[in-house]
Amino acid sequence: MGFDFSPAWISIKVTLTATAIVFFLGLVIAWLMTNYNGRWKGLIDGILTLPLVLPPTVAGFGILLLIGKNGPIGNFLEIFGVNIIFSWYAAVTAAVVVAFPLMYKTTMGAFEQIDPNILSAARTLGASEVKVFWRVAVPVARPGIAAATALTFARCLGEFGATLMVAGSIPGKTETIPIAIYFATQSGEMQIALIWVLIIFAISLTVLVINNYWESHKKKQQRGLGG
Amino acid sequence: MAFMIDIKKNLYDFQLAVKLQSQEEIIGILGASGSGKSMLLRCIAGLVKPDQGQIIINGKTFFDSEKKINISMGARKVGFLFQNYALFPNMTVVQNIGFGLDHLPKNEKKRRIDALMEKYHLGDIGNRYPTQISGGQQQRVALARAVAVEPDILLLDEPFSALDVHLRNHMMKEMAESLKEFTGLTLFVTHNREEAYRLADHIAIFNTGKLEVLGHKDMIFKHPASLETAKITGCKNLVEARRHSDYQLDIPKWGVTMQTTMKIVAESGYMGVRANQVKFINNPEYSGINRFKVYIADESDGPFRTSLYLKIGSPAKSLDDYHLQAEISRDERDRLFDRSQPYEIEINPESVFFVIE
Repeated sequence: MGFDFSPAWISIKVTLTATAIVFFLGLVIAWLMTNYNGRWKGLIDGILTLPLVLPPTVAGFGILLLIGKNGPIGNFLEIFGVNIIFSWYAAVTAAVVVAFPLMYKTTMGAFEQIDPNILSAARTLGASEVKVFWRVAVPVARPGIAAATALTFARCLGEFGATLMVAGSIPGKTETIPIAIYFATQSGEMQIALIWVLIIFAISLTVLVINNYWESHKKKQQRGLGG
Repeated sequence: MAFMIDIKKNLYDFQLAVKLQSQEEIIGILGASGSGKSMLLRCIAGLVKPDQGQIIINGKTFFDSEKKINISMGARKVGFLFQNYALFPNMTVVQNIGFGLDHLPKNEKKRRIDALMEKYHLGDIGNRYPTQISGGQQQRVALARAVAVEPDILLLDEPFSALDVHLRNHMMKEMAESLKEFTGLTLFVTHNREEAYRLADHIAIFNTGKLEVLGHKDMIFKHPASLETAKITGCKNLVEARRHSDYQLDIPKWGVTMQTTMKIVAESGYMGVRANQVKFINNPEYSGINRFKVYIADESDGPFRTSLYLKIGSPAKSLDDYHLQAEISRDERDRLFDRSQPYEIEINPESVFFVIE
């Protein structure tokens, strides 16, 4: 029997999907929260950041309550004959919940760094809020957003605890690289575990390094030192 | 061209309550930092909503709390020049200028950008980013971007405050020329009296959210109408005074009586005289009015001019023991110090003004 590469494909599928979801969700919510200064800001921010500090098993438990057979979302989807739990969608859900605070917090930090006059300038020039967001806020905060996205990708790829709880470890279906490493180690297949460790190491490092070089290239372009 | 502003807005520690009405083209708004003058511009632009009142520019109602009118920033057509220019760092010069013109057809947009690039001498830097151009160029790009939307009113928020003195004078000259190109109303906010005086003919004095006075700059600087105006226009010598006769003031703190050309009506108030109007007399033989013997308490040298702190009548006991300030050139100071104290000063009655609080 040859080496089973399916955890790699599952991991990449789950990670890319979750990163895309977290990217847009984090971007929009971070922007809304940056502009919201009401009295609930502290509370909402706390709730949105919570998955970052709680053990992933707590996140997994929460997701199970929501999308499990008897959970409200699970019940609702049951009507359409859809069952998320123990599918790769559940793995995506787990990654989204766990990685979201990373994207949200980092992006919000980047938005808060923007000179408010730049945003005001766009508004006095008649820009709609949508235009202010996409044409000014996002491009100006791009280095921070790129860093947030790279971190999100790495976090989604490495997600283990919550994923195991809600998606299980079904080979060829929900078994991702981190879970494959865990079970390989558990059953003493140290060589297989090592291969997966090296693979996940390579992917994460590549993404982070590409992000760094791309950002410094962009910076040089705007500073007039190259590009 | 005319505008009418009458708004109230509660700020963190005071209330902005401004009534300003004028037909002048360029008005400088002079006030200390934190006096609410930037907030006024933000209210006009629509960045901040006033609590109540009206803003009418060229017959167009921007805001009217009673009629519940508060038109959008895009519909207001206001050109806003920010303190640090606030150029979009992610866009080239051409993209910055064209930002407000996205609603136009492509070739019309290009035509307008080209015309502005020409007008503001931005010829060959169209494809550069803001960080790649000089401060003067940034200012012109910001101005071109602001007037691109063909605004009825141009608002300038402390455009030179971040610059060093040398660059500031240069940019002020440039700005004065650029403003001639613009044919709408201009409201220009600053805490620097020199900027206000150089760029605007008419000046409004602002003090903690209230407008003290609006008038021609010469009137405001020569004959301030209030104590605050006198302070904001930089008058160094302000002292309590009492009416002696129609053209005479008693200054109890200085122990002298001062002649004026301005008729004194109120019983008590403040006498003011600018530091550069205090003249030293070389030949004391001739007698004149408003002449006093002074001793020097302290001095503070600038590169070209010196401030002298003077005490009238008797020698100063300490550095802080002085009555008034005089400002003279370094040369004059050197000549003066060849002689011995006391020196004699003269204050022209025409440069003496009297204000009530």
